[in-house]
Order: sequence, then structure tokens, then C-alpha cells
Amino acid sequence: MKSCYINSSASISAQKTFERTFFFKEIIAHKSVTVNAIHPNYKNLINPISSRRMSTGVKMGVSAAIMSLKEANIKIPDAIITGTGMGCIEDSEKFLNAIIDNDEQYLNPTLFINSTHNTVGAQIAIALNCKGYNITYVHGASSFPLALFDAQLILHEKEAKTALVGGVDELGKEFIKKVIRLEEMNSEGIIVPLGEGASFFLLSSEKQRNTYARLKNIDIFHKIELHNLQEKLEKFLENNQLLTSDIDAVVLGLNGDAYDSYYYLLQESIFKTIPQIQYKHLSGEFFTASAFGFWITSNLIKKQYIPDALLINSIKKSEFNNVLLYNQFKGHQHSFILLSTC
Amino acid sequence: MKKGVAITGMGIISSIGNTVEENLYSLLNYNKRIAPLSSIESKHKGYIRVGEVSLSNKLLAEHLKLTSGKIYSRTALLGCVAAKQAVVQSNIDPMSSKYDTGLISATSVGGMDITETYFNITQNDDESIKWIGRHHAGDSTEKIAKLLGVSDYVSTISTACSSGANAIMLGARLINSGKLDRVIVGGTDSLTKFTINGFNTLMILSDKDCAPFDYNRKGLNLGEAAAFLVLESDKLIRLENKDALAYITGYGNSNDAFHQTASSADGEGAFLAMQKALTDSNLQSDNIDYINLHGTATPNNDLSEGKAIKRTFGDNIPDFSSTKAYTGHTLAAAGAIEAVYSVLALQNNVMFPNLNFKTPIPELQMIPITKVIKKQLKNVLSNSFGFGGNCSSIIFSKS
Repeated sequence: MKSCYINSSASISAQKTFERTFFFKEIIAHKSVTVNAIHPNYKNLINPISSRRMSTGVKMGVSAAIMSLKEANIKIPDAIITGTGMGCIEDSEKFLNAIIDNDEQYLNPTLFINSTHNTVGAQIAIALNCKGYNITYVHGASSFPLALFDAQLILHEKEAKTALVGGVDELGKEFIKKVIRLEEMNSEGIIVPLGEGASFFLLSSEKQRNTYARLKNIDIFHKIELHNLQEKLEKFLENNQLLTSDIDAVVLGLNGDAYDSYYYLLQESIFKTIPQIQYKHLSGEFFTASAFGFWITSNLIKKQYIPDALLINSIKKSEFNNVLLYNQFKGHQHSFILLSTC
Repeated sequence: MKKGVAITGMGIISSIGNTVEENLYSLLNYNKRIAPLSSIESKHKGYIRVGEVSLSNKLLAEHLKLTSGKIYSRTALLGCVAAKQAVVQSNIDPMSSKYDTGLISATSVGGMDITETYFNITQNDDESIKWIGRHHAGDSTEKIAKLLGVSDYVSTISTACSSGANAIMLGARLINSGKLDRVIVGGTDSLTKFTINGFNTLMILSDKDCAPFDYNRKGLNLGEAAAFLVLESDKLIRLENKDALAYITGYGNSNDAFHQTASSADGEGAFLAMQKALTDSNLQSDNIDYINLHGTATPNNDLSEGKAIKRTFGDNIPDFSSTKAYTGHTLAAAGAIEAVYSVLALQNNVMFPNLNFKTPIPELQMIPITKVIKKQLKNVLSNSFGFGGNCSSIIFSKS
């Protein structure tokens, strides 16, 4: 598939990423079990009447989308492609609780309306009056990489010249308690906080003056055995006419659980001599956390610089031409995303 | 016309049958299966009319020979049954490394049935906590992937009631682009207390059997179902000397960008989706022989869809019908089961009746076919529209 360009990036996360110049000079260290996003002033981004009915995820998603369009100076993209692991869990659990508490009576339809997984994509379309291609991916940690893959595909097909693509998940209040308990019961559970956030990007088949990076390729694997990881990755790079030695930095989805062994394997072998980056200690872990990783990778290539807060090892490099983003969740939902300079 | 992407296998489980053959038999014999809710513990049990799959979770698990102790959501069980049928018919081995094989499933409820059954969300209970992994939408897809042995490209789509159509469309795109050689695509949704109550509070459920495109329509009946199709590139089936059941020759996805749940008065999103599908297929509107409507029987959808069809086809509207009165509206599975019905229509040169229709909608004056009618069919258009303005149309053509 033809590569495409990342022409803007916007993120709302547990760091002050919504500030345009933010790139981890000052970070917030998170020690708590869950970590909420730091929210911008939504009044500047969304019509207050619409925003009153929006849950946290919808607000974050629509705002990040609008921020990224503004930066790319595009009013209406040709396609809107969203990834979300848990969808609108906040309103889903409110509606579910109401069903139980009120014995299936006196329910609020707005909660149900906003509980569907495609609410963010739909609200962006309505806010922009965008009638183009619109889809939502809901496959755990693959949700964002699948969305990104589709964006690249639709640009390749020439149905679209610009595609707005993003990932969003909200913490919610009730369901997350069960996730925390499950991780606590597991002796090798997730260590980083559980988080939330939204990151959106404007991808285009055409390069702009302010283009961040080139999205060379993505591949998604439901399952990879640990002993096959290196081979799969080398094949992915080979398909892009690259060797592992061509990779200048690697961005890894370490979250502290037993499945970090996938990352360790690469850290100790093919990527031993290059800068290794982690980010989930700063964003928290959630199904679309890799969209935050993608935001970091895009910015890293544009700025040609790795902030200390992200660096795992102490290897420095001055030039970043090809950077690989690798994520998986509990040994499943693997994604390789390859970015390069334009 | 484009050659398109080959369909080489189909599987389905719905209220009107547990196999493709049973579904066809019911369609041809006017056997709708809408009845008062019976299998879900709910205040609405015995009242709200729905299309339920006759097999219990236990029977579905036995049928699939699942080892006991594993928890599968009903969405996953239904999906596994339908996907397995499709793979058996197409006679492919998804595990073979010879070809790149993917899986795309669509769901709107995911594992909500497990969540609402085992959780009182406000309480803590370590025993039920191990089941929370079943909740997210991707879980049902992973159960299907495991059963079939698909290990690379596995994806889940959720665009409300157009999800199934979007899964099929994505599969066709992945084959056309060369990313995959073959892909199993479809959708699955079980009935849940969550959706029944959701649609009930929106006041769009009919207390009678739904009557699509009828002036006195009162709303939809919910249903549960799963359907999957095996798609293969035309090049691959020629290489393997296989026959196609039918081809996917066009598709279009558009957004109404009007309202979270309501369709626009002129059916803009639906109109654009049909236009795109026609353009994509290189067909003219008069090449379409039959339309399988979205036709949910809500006042809003049918009026909007009717206007969109008039805008697309002018005075030359092809024969059309909605099969929702047979099965109920099966949400994310709807686009997939209706894809199976569209292929059956092509294979058998037959159009299925729009049950319960009596009086045309005055603004539209559109009369669907109400009897089983035999006709030579070359191209069938299937519509699927959803909350969030997500509209998709697919064209199926004879091989």
C-alpha cells in the first residue's frame, strides 16, 4: 500500500498534551491506580449546548478531532475513522445501572443513544457536517491500529484525500473497578495506572508544509507466539524494504504485566542498540493508548528529539528516520506501525 | 460492471432458522418468527415481541463442542455457529499459511448479555470479575477467530445497525487492495436486556409484528442473529477451480451527519451510500433488479429510506422488500443476514415478501412486493443504516 502523510496531531491525555507546545518538558508522574485525562477548556472547542449531553469520551474525542483539523487547516475531511476499545462505557454503565436500580422503568433514552460505540465518530460527523466515509473499530488494543490501517487504505483507494483518524477511550466509573480488581488478583497484572484519552490525526495522501511524518505501513496480528515475534517483525520490515538496523528508535507499549516479555525480547535483541521509548507510565493503559504512542512517535519524528521522560535506556541518537511503534495486549492484538521522515 | 469479490460460503443463524437452508425455507414459506420475549429474565418477558434464535446457550455450546467451563457470550456463540457454517461451505482452511486469511466481525452489544447477567455493577464479587473480559466488542470476534484458526488480521466493527454491511464492505476492500486473499466477514448480535430497554425507552418498538413501509407502521421488532460470508479474490477461486455463489460488485459508505438517532428527512446519507455503491460497481440504477431494504418499520427510517430510494431511482424504482418482519431487526447482524438473503435471492431467482404490508405511506406511494415472486435477478442492492448516521449499501451480483 502507498504510504501517506500525518499532517496534524492532537491529543487529550493524562499529560498536558492539549497545549500545543507540550513535549514532556514538564511531566506529571502518576502513582495512582487510575488516572484521568487533563481536560482543555471544551467551551473553546465544542458548542456548549451539544457538549452538555456528551460523556467524557465523546467530549475528548470530538475536541481532539477538531484540534487536529484546525492544525491541518482542513474544515471537512473526506473520511472519519475512529477506534475505541470500550466505546462509551460511561453512559453504558449508567444505563445498565438504571435498568437494574429502576427495574427496567423510567429510563433516560439519552444514555442509551450515547452508549453506542460509534457515538464519537457520529458526533464528529454532525459537528462538521461531514457526509463522507465513517466507521468505528472496536477491537480491544487493535482498535486504533485498525482505524489507522483503514485510513491508509482509503487514501490508497483514492476515495479520500484526507482522513481524520483517532483513538478514544474513557475510564468510566464502575466497570473499571472490576478491571482493577482483576489486575490486583493477578500476581503479574498491569502496573502502570489505568487511564483514558483521545488522540486524533489528519492523514493525507498529500504532503503539507507542516507535515509531521510519513506513515509507511501498519500490520495487525490477532496472535503472535513469543518465539515468532522477531520473525514476524523482520518480515514486516522486509516488506517495507527495511532491515532491523534501519530502525532508529522503537516505541513500546510496556505496562508492567507478564506480557511485557514481548517487549523485553525485542529490547534485548534486535533493538538493543537503539533508543527505546515507553509511554504508558505517563498516559495510563487503555485499549487505545497506542494512539497516544502514535502521537508521541509523530511528534518525535517532527522534532527529531526524544524527551528523557520517555527514554528507557540511555542510548542517544541525533537522527530519527524510521521509528517503529509496537503494541500488544495480554499477548494478543499486536500491531506494528512504521513511521518515517518525509 | 466490475468482476468483484467472490462469495464462496455462507452461514446464518436467526429466528427463522439455524442454517442457510432453514432460512431459505422460512423465507419462501412466509414463516416469520416474531414472538413475545421468552429467554431473557426481564420485566418485558412475555410482552415485547422479538425474533429469538430457538437454541439456548447450552445447546449452542454443545453444537460447537465447546469444552465446559469456558464462558462465551451469546453473541460469540451465535457468531461461531454462523462463521463455522460459512467456512465449511467454502471449504477453506483458515489456518493454511498458503493464503492470507482475515476475519472481520460486526457487533453492537458484544458481551453485554454476560455483563448484565453476572454483574450487579454496583457490587463487588470476585467470582464474576473473571468474566469482565467478555464484555468488550472484540471478545466475541476473538472467540470466532480461535474456533476458525484465524491468527493475523482480526477486526471488529461497530457502527450500530450498519455494522454488518460495513464488515462485508471492509472485507471486499481488503481483497481488492491485495491485503488479504480471503476473508470471513459478517456480524453477530444477541438480544440483551440492555438493547431491549434502550429501544423501548426510545419508543420505537412496535407492540405488534412490525410492518415495514406500511402507513400504519408502529416501530421495529428486535431480533438476534449472526451471519458470515467467505470472500475470496476472483483470481484465487480461478486458481483453486472453485465456484462463486455470487459476487460483491459495489459498495458505499456515507454519513447522514444529521442526528445521533434520527435520519434526515431527505435521506441524504442513504442516498449517498446507494450512489457510491452504484458508481463503485459501474452499474446504472436501472441495472438493479431488487432492493433488500433496511426497512426497520420505524416511522422515521422508512420515510427517509423511501425518499432516498426515490432520489436514487427516480420513476424507475426496482422491486423492493424488507425482510425485517421475518427476523426482527438484528442490529449489527442485520447487514450480514440480509447479505445472505440477497445472495439466496440471486441464486434462486426469487424475491422475498415484505410481510405485514397493507397501505403505502402517503408521501411515498411505494408498494413493496408482498408475495414470493420468481424473477431473473442479476444485481441486488442491500441497504443498512444505523444510529450515528452510518449508512452503507452493497451490491451483490450473479456469478
